[in-house]
Amino acid sequence: MATMNMIQAINSAMDVMLARDPDVVIFGEDVGYFGGVFRATAGLQQKHGRTRVFDTPICEAGIIATAIGMGVYGLRPVAEIQFADYILPAFDQLVSEASRLRYRSGGEFWAPITVRTPCGGGIFGGQTHSQSPESIFTHVSGLKTVMPSNPYDAKGLLISSIEEDDPVIFLEPKRIYNGPFDGHHDRPLTSWAKYPQSEVPEGYYKIPLSKAAVVREGSAATILTYGTMVHVSLAAVAESGLDVEVIDLRTLFPVDVETIEASVKKTGRCVIVHEASRTSGLGAELMALVMEHCFHHLEGPVQRVTGWDTPYPHAFEWQYFPGPDRVRAALALVMEG
Amino acid sequence: MSKSSHPKKPQSPLSLHIPEPTARPGDAPDFSKLVIPQAGSQPRPAVDTPAAQLRDCAYDLVRVLDESGNAVGEWNPKLDADTLRKGLRAMLLTRVFDERMIRAQRQGKTSFYIKCTGEEAVSVAQAYALDPRDMLFPTYRQQGLLVARDWPLVDLMCQIYNNTGDRLKGRQLPIMYSVRDIGFFSISGNLGTQFPQAVGWAMASAYKHDTRIASAWVGDGTTAEGDFHHALTFAAVYRAPVVLNVVNNQWAISSYQGFAGGDETTFAARAVGYGLPGLRVDGNDFLAVYAVTQWAAQRARDNHGPTLIELFTYRAAAHSTSDDPSKYRPENEAEKWPLGDPIARLKQHLIHIGEWSEEQHVALTTELEEHVKAAQKEAESLGTLGTQPASPSSMFEDVFKDMPWHLRKQRQEAGY
Repeated sequence: MATMNMIQAINSAMDVMLARDPDVVIFGEDVGYFGGVFRATAGLQQKHGRTRVFDTPICEAGIIATAIGMGVYGLRPVAEIQFADYILPAFDQLVSEASRLRYRSGGEFWAPITVRTPCGGGIFGGQTHSQSPESIFTHVSGLKTVMPSNPYDAKGLLISSIEEDDPVIFLEPKRIYNGPFDGHHDRPLTSWAKYPQSEVPEGYYKIPLSKAAVVREGSAATILTYGTMVHVSLAAVAESGLDVEVIDLRTLFPVDVETIEASVKKTGRCVIVHEASRTSGLGAELMALVMEHCFHHLEGPVQRVTGWDTPYPHAFEWQYFPGPDRVRAALALVMEG
Repeated sequence: MSKSSHPKKPQSPLSLHIPEPTARPGDAPDFSKLVIPQAGSQPRPAVDTPAAQLRDCAYDLVRVLDESGNAVGEWNPKLDADTLRKGLRAMLLTRVFDERMIRAQRQGKTSFYIKCTGEEAVSVAQAYALDPRDMLFPTYRQQGLLVARDWPLVDLMCQIYNNTGDRLKGRQLPIMYSVRDIGFFSISGNLGTQFPQAVGWAMASAYKHDTRIASAWVGDGTTAEGDFHHALTFAAVYRAPVVLNVVNNQWAISSYQGFAGGDETTFAARAVGYGLPGLRVDGNDFLAVYAVTQWAAQRARDNHGPTLIELFTYRAAAHSTSDDPSKYRPENEAEKWPLGDPIARLKQHLIHIGEWSEEQHVALTTELEEHVKAAQKEAESLGTLGTQPASPSSMFEDVFKDMPWHLRKQRQEAGY
């Protein structure tokens, strides 16, 4: 065991996989010699060599297209898109190619690629460094979308993603790279070292995809959330004094509907919390699933706490970001219902 | 206000340039602007020549077969007569197959078809010049690659008919083949996406110290897509062992090549800015296409990196069965194409060197027609459009390697 923050855990996952599988290659903008703008690939080129960890042109569509081609050859490419906000030039290659290749070729070809990309706000990054685009990927048939919320999960989920034969969009909430940010931006950040999830095995282990984690058991209501919002939700629950169950989805799609169903049927109340904007966000799908699977067990309407339907506004970061106050207000509302 | 020290010159107003082809329906075809150099006049550089010394090639046109059917010049690949006859047979078979499938579409046996008439030399000669193990990333107009690699026509027809023999289980538009067994990548309907994918495949081959290379195709119209340029950037940066082909058949549905920038320069010249060799070749000259492809393949295999080839040809057929070219170009434009027809030219050459005759050609045509008819009969015994290729439950398979819960549930909901 070692104490790792999320960046170190992600780095360790790639280090382990590079050592374990000669077909794993890692590339993206600034990931080689420099080790990535967030340092996720620091030291990997020096350790594993230039043909295994290398820089690319500033061309996201080309990065994903070449990853697909390498995957078709038989490699397991791990591509980094420097910010999730920059992934859109690669959208056609992800949506029309990577996701459909297995289907359209009758199973002859597939794209076993992992696309790592830092997402989310709370870092004063403005509208091009803060977005949470998960729902535009969960909508696409043939893609798996993953978002970890702590170092231990990040490493185990990333190893699972790299070993997947289907394409995985691996979203990394950058606000919690160094510590579990709970939404109280005016308080000092606590480091991961103080939390048990920073105890990470140095070797190989996996956390299965499509399995959610119950991070806090409770009976009064259920919060469905993921990424940074897991920590915001836990803070809100602690402050509310309510006995709320908090579920970290971990894999956003295909989602672990069984865990959702069991929890909501038990509590009868549900709040969905995500940082992404609201309309057609993942919360809409989660709410629909709760309706389809748990309607007769609900005591009142399901609530959503999300980013607003605006671009991410630089100077109004904390008015945009769904903090613990808004989660508490939603909990109070569902408790009335 | 002070007077400017630079008095304004009187200016004429700006005007917007919209490209226009030289002839439209009702006009006589006009190819007077084409510069067609003499066959055999192009020097053949060594395959390891630095790209900077090859810039002129991008503006020339490699030609081997002259007007009388002689094979001339440094680019003559000096193929033996058996190989030439094999090439002629594959081109003719491709054409006969196309004709038969167009008829099948008109008879309502399939929804859609795309011919490659006039462009048979592109895929057939290139398939022969590449190694059979090299990976191909084609468009929908390279069926000649499959014919040249001897893939059974019955299998292609089953895909066209979406019948019970369709390995793609009815999921793809007709002619969007996928044949992993012979290194033929799944065709995408989105143009150009396969170009950078081929570069990635080639990078992987180099990474694994393999000896196989990749080859990819796009049309003149698709050179305007970002994917084309992404492919050239990555190919150049990583010196990927890949042969990148632009089939300039003059027309992208109704848009002539001027709308991809072809009036201003050649498509081969796109390579120059990337520091890559760009070769331009008479795409209707089997020998020239073979020679140029062989050169590029050797260069890639020797670790000297990628080559961009512009295959200068003419789309003699409609874009697809959903297209009517008489609405936008002169009806007889194909007949007037100054570089002729690839099958007629190879046939002329073979006769010229005493290795073929009109009688043999007629006999071969009849034989191939019978061959295609027999294949069609066999394919149709497995059904035509409207015959479901498999149980509809297969519709939910292969979205993922293992079917997740939501698809199992939807399959149940659909009643399977």
